[in-house]
Amino acid sequence: MSAAEKISFDQTGLLRFITAGSVDDGKSTLIGRLLHDSKSIFEDQLTSITNTTRKRGAEGVDLSLLTDGLQAEREQGITIDVAYRYFATLKRKFIIADTPGHEQYTRNMVTGASTANLAIILIDARKGVLTQSRRHAYLASLVGIPHLVVAINKMDLVDYSQAVFDKIRKEFSVFAEKLNLRNIAYIPMSALNGDMVVERGDHLNWYQGSTLMDLLETVSIEDDINREDFRFPVQWVCRPQTKELHDFRGYMGRIESGSVRTGDAVTVLPSGLSSRIKEILVYEGPVDEAFAPQSVTLTIEDHLDISRGDMLVKTGDTPQVTKAFDAMLCWLSEQPLDLNRKYLIKQTTRVVKSVISRIDYRVDVNTMAQETASALKMNDIAYVGLKVQLPLVCDDYAGNRATGCFIIIDESSNNTVAAGMILPAEGSA
Amino acid sequence: MSNHPFSHLDALESEAIHIMREVAAECANPVLLFSGGKDSIVLLRLAEKAFRPGRFPFPLMHIDTGHNFPEVIAFRDHRVKELGERLIVRSMEDSIKKGRVVLRSETQSRNAFQSVTLLDAIAEFKFDACIGGARRDEEKARAKERIFSFRDEFGQWDPKNQRPELWDIYNTRTHPGENIRVFPISNWTELDVWEYIAREQLEVPEIYFAHTREVIRRAAGLLPVSHLVQPQAGEKTEHIVVRFRTVGDMSCTCPVESNAANVNEVIVETAMTRITERGATRMDDQTSDASMELRKKEGYF
Repeated sequence: MSAAEKISFDQTGLLRFITAGSVDDGKSTLIGRLLHDSKSIFEDQLTSITNTTRKRGAEGVDLSLLTDGLQAEREQGITIDVAYRYFATLKRKFIIADTPGHEQYTRNMVTGASTANLAIILIDARKGVLTQSRRHAYLASLVGIPHLVVAINKMDLVDYSQAVFDKIRKEFSVFAEKLNLRNIAYIPMSALNGDMVVERGDHLNWYQGSTLMDLLETVSIEDDINREDFRFPVQWVCRPQTKELHDFRGYMGRIESGSVRTGDAVTVLPSGLSSRIKEILVYEGPVDEAFAPQSVTLTIEDHLDISRGDMLVKTGDTPQVTKAFDAMLCWLSEQPLDLNRKYLIKQTTRVVKSVISRIDYRVDVNTMAQETASALKMNDIAYVGLKVQLPLVCDDYAGNRATGCFIIIDESSNNTVAAGMILPAEGSA
Repeated sequence: MSNHPFSHLDALESEAIHIMREVAAECANPVLLFSGGKDSIVLLRLAEKAFRPGRFPFPLMHIDTGHNFPEVIAFRDHRVKELGERLIVRSMEDSIKKGRVVLRSETQSRNAFQSVTLLDAIAEFKFDACIGGARRDEEKARAKERIFSFRDEFGQWDPKNQRPELWDIYNTRTHPGENIRVFPISNWTELDVWEYIAREQLEVPEIYFAHTREVIRRAAGLLPVSHLVQPQAGEKTEHIVVRFRTVGDMSCTCPVESNAANVNEVIVETAMTRITERGATRMDDQTSDASMELRKKEGYF
């Protein structure tokens, strides 16, 4: 990339999405259909699943078998964990986080959703909006997925009725409004017959909107990243100390949001020291400007003490620097939360000791009711207060996903036990 | 001023650089596994992008089965010299001599036994993280693997007990004796790898391109004739134009019939192909539906 080239994000070539729903809603069939109709299934995979379908005593090809990964899953007909699938069309490359719908659902969906641009919520047209549809919508809003597709599937089983579609759409949208969910598209489809997935089919002529594939190919994800606020957590300090580069100090990292130009005034947090950007380096050479989510190396005009865990921001546009904050927490571990223990928090490139000082309430993911709680176990979602030993440099999650998220690590087992989303500071919201 | 779209390759590249820098910063003693194959060639370019103008903050290591294609070994040494980085080679011959690996026959595939030599090398150098070029699109067991894949003291992968991986915050912590396998190009497909090789103008071993080779046609595929693979009674050899899609153990890596003589022709062929990379080229993955999963549970990459 030469300095003269400007990056345009309106043609972003990579879309990550998640599918929420159970096998009964036709989720695996839908993924199989997307892969099959976009010609992303290979012949040997097709042979393998045809054989398995036959072994199980069924006829034809069960497209849902494509998404079964591990031996135990194939034997028991269940799905264990998040699996990632890949396909590409001429317009975009896609990554699907395929999450199963059994008891660990919340944990798996939050995991899959954390990197997604878009979620597809599957609804069985015969059953309408169920408790699980509300749960999926709530989790999508909690994790802040920017785009939502409500796929009203199995339209073939309700005679492709527009009235059924309209009723479900209305019911879902009333609910979605309460969750502050925007950018919702409703698509009637039959994944089994392929109507409105990749092809339009002949049965849904009353529907004028995009097919699922059209939408996936064209939805604008430019603004899924915060483009306003420059945030650059330092990952690694490059000091070659060679003869030619004796004094070189490069700050290496990824721009998490916003953009930066040479000459920009920057502040280093948490120290608060200031300088200016001297050079923006990529492997190919220096550039004038760089944007999220590029990985770059920055040099600055002054000799400051900067190390991993520090964040470079534009002077005058600073995030919070705080030792106490509130967050929504999703507990992921089989080992319940122990309020007496210290845990590690990893947020951007900082790792600090923390305590969870209070649990304000737990959320019932099926009804969204707030309940009092004195402990958290796996799949629980709660509003909590946290204190950290050293300050975090962070934004609220709703404003900046990349600098508002964190994980909690249990120091004794080294497991990742919770995912957190930072809430706006008191008085700033 | 031209408009440069932020392509899927730009996104994948930036993700991989971010992952490598996290490993360098948080792991005490990482290593990058370099075999001379196309995926690890891409890893080396990504490491250059992550750490230049500095040196790599880790050595390179090759687990040599002794069954490698000579062209690939020559390429490996040439590329390491060009980069000026340090290469460690640990060979399966040594594991065999020490009695750590016992083979049924000299010509048996050594792919599965690489794990022993790899685990011995990890113990010898006390590596806590091994960066490798595995991709999730290669095989269905890999589709469920994390980017930071945690292994216990025996190098085992427990698919039912993986650490959840959220956003791009990676948990790199290990207890002494445990290690993490890190896959920066997890989200790349075979086509992405070739497109990146083209974009970055990376050199790859010649055997990835069409050439005439003596092969035996067997049910599972074409087998290259070498000192390890000789025709059995009743079998004929033939000379045909082939190329390799993967470069592994010479006794079980099958070439495919192809006229793709350069990177762009390989991209076209890869985009059009209807058989998966491993399905076409690896006999060891065809023995059962779960072969890769079983090998991985035993410490395979």
